[in-house]
Amino acid sequence: MKLKTLLATTAAVSLMGLAATAQTVGFSQIGSESGWRAAETTLTKQQAEERGIDLKFSDAQQKQENQIAAIRSFIAQGVDAILLAPVVATGWDSVLEEAKEAEIPVVLLDRRVDSADDLYLTAVGSDLVHEGQVAGEWLVNEVAGEDCRVVELQGTTGSSPAIDRKTGFENAIAGHDNIEIVRSQTGDFTRSMGKEVMESFLQAENGGADICALYAHNDDMAVGAIQAIKEAGLNPGEDILIVSIDAVPDIFKAMAEGDANATVELTPNMAGPAFDALAAYWKDGTMPEKFIQTESRLYTPADDPQAEYENRKDLGY
Amino acid sequence: MSFALPPVLRRVAPQVVTLVAVCVLVTLFFPGFLDLRLSDGRLVGPVIDIVKRSAPVALLAIGMTLVIATKGIDLSVGTTMAITGAVAAWCLDSGLGVGPAVALAIATGLVCGLWNGGLVAIIGIQPIVATLILMTAGRGIAQLITEGRILTFNDAGFAWFGSGAILGVPVPAVIWVVTGVALALLMRRTALGLLVEAIGVNRRASAIAGVNATVLLIAVYVASGLCAAFAGIITTADIRGADANNAGLWLELDAILAVVIGGNSLLGGRFSIAASILGALIIQTIDTGILLAGFPSEYNLVIKAALVVIILVLQSPQFMAEVFFWRRFGRKNLAPDTVKEDAR
Repeated sequence: MKLKTLLATTAAVSLMGLAATAQTVGFSQIGSESGWRAAETTLTKQQAEERGIDLKFSDAQQKQENQIAAIRSFIAQGVDAILLAPVVATGWDSVLEEAKEAEIPVVLLDRRVDSADDLYLTAVGSDLVHEGQVAGEWLVNEVAGEDCRVVELQGTTGSSPAIDRKTGFENAIAGHDNIEIVRSQTGDFTRSMGKEVMESFLQAENGGADICALYAHNDDMAVGAIQAIKEAGLNPGEDILIVSIDAVPDIFKAMAEGDANATVELTPNMAGPAFDALAAYWKDGTMPEKFIQTESRLYTPADDPQAEYENRKDLGY
Repeated sequence: MSFALPPVLRRVAPQVVTLVAVCVLVTLFFPGFLDLRLSDGRLVGPVIDIVKRSAPVALLAIGMTLVIATKGIDLSVGTTMAITGAVAAWCLDSGLGVGPAVALAIATGLVCGLWNGGLVAIIGIQPIVATLILMTAGRGIAQLITEGRILTFNDAGFAWFGSGAILGVPVPAVIWVVTGVALALLMRRTALGLLVEAIGVNRRASAIAGVNATVLLIAVYVASGLCAAFAGIITTADIRGADANNAGLWLELDAILAVVIGGNSLLGGRFSIAASILGALIIQTIDTGILLAGFPSEYNLVIKAALVVIILVLQSPQFMAEVFFWRRFGRKNLAPDTVKEDAR
């Protein structure tokens, strides 16, 4: 893997020497706090490679000052564009103004900032409310009017993915009186909490017999909950429907084994749309929309989960 | 009445009363709390879940009790759990089998304890600083082992440590009970417990009196590392994967809380392992109770904090002395005659 990257980078560098038109892009990444983030980094590097873009990568290790320093050094190097996955929302004004003065377009990845929107070219990200909605709509169609008591595993209390994914799901099931969220608790986005909280849901709901479906705000909690359901002697995927969000490799493994029913993808490929927008901008100055929403694709067992698992397992999740 | 109780029971009586009170409180909100039934030859019910789920904190609290008795503290136990879990998962992932995985995980825990003990006892760094090093750096080590991802395995033999059962009782529960009883016996049936307490009261004086304080200090940190290794094995087996970012995160604080609820002084000296374990059970009962009662998750921590404050206030000797004083004072004012009778 590493050798491959090295070879590819060498190839890209030598290509650059040949083609003077190759663009240089600086990428300031937050760090690698989660598997998803690691996959985003891997895919950004891959996308840059495919397009013959020279990517300068900087890992900020969850510190804003490192990101600001990285952006300043990108500006000093005179890169053609900067990709920024901001660790926090505030405090970017002055450094973004510096980039603007240097006429270097900045594209935000995944997270947003509170600065005026003329300070960056565009932002690429997913709509968290929409993700919840896709999950909810799947359940509405799946149960087709039959009564369904849903338990919900929320993300970390107060975090924006938890709030938005909950809102989206509730929007989708609003007006469908047959579907009701009977229990909702935080599982902190982790497997172990997902399992522990699901155990208590099962205890509280007649050993699980009264639960028709589980909605988890991320796949990891769903994977933990699936184990709890199995240990309670029930069959996840059949006795209790499982729908979650993120589309990490392990949920596809569960899906291939018939334990999970649906997942909504939070694509780690934010760089693809960003590079597309940049290519158009470099070519004839086309200004993209201020927010490019990535697709929140729904995956079910019909989508060959085994193949999806194989595709994703090496991305660094 | 109370003087008729054996000393051990008298020592843990406040914790037992608190645990019963918390159980009653949970039953009020969730009537099926005490239900027990047999399913597939294993006991099932909220109480069983609590006994099983309290395993990590109870195990950490056992080790932490000993460390705190020497006037130390071990902040690294949560991280040690993550490292040992990562080592175990890595062994299984590379096909080494269950035996080597458990052995290596335990060895890792012992090494972590040895590192802490060495820093504290030989180099003389303050325990809170010495263990802080491993607490922060160790998670990085765990992430290096798992390469930053959740390292999963599919080994039924290893998963048994998390979800298996012996005679209907969950394996994690058996592990913490056996560990607790073994360490308590080791401490109380020999002079070890007394020596540990002596170090906590005054390390220098105990060293001059002939206690090998350095070796004993290292030993208690190693014991803490061992307990953390057991906890790490259980949590890893439970989710069939090592989650270096989240395994054992902040559990050192729950363990310290369990020791404190157990009425042990952070200033070292006298300790009770049984009381610390009861403290862990109280914490887990509150946690599970909140989940069963079905409150919105925003209230989880507030409810837990409020209950913990109440429990600690009721345990405070000063507060209780105050209460007794005012009660007696009140009686004296109301009916002086009865006070005389009470005094008799």
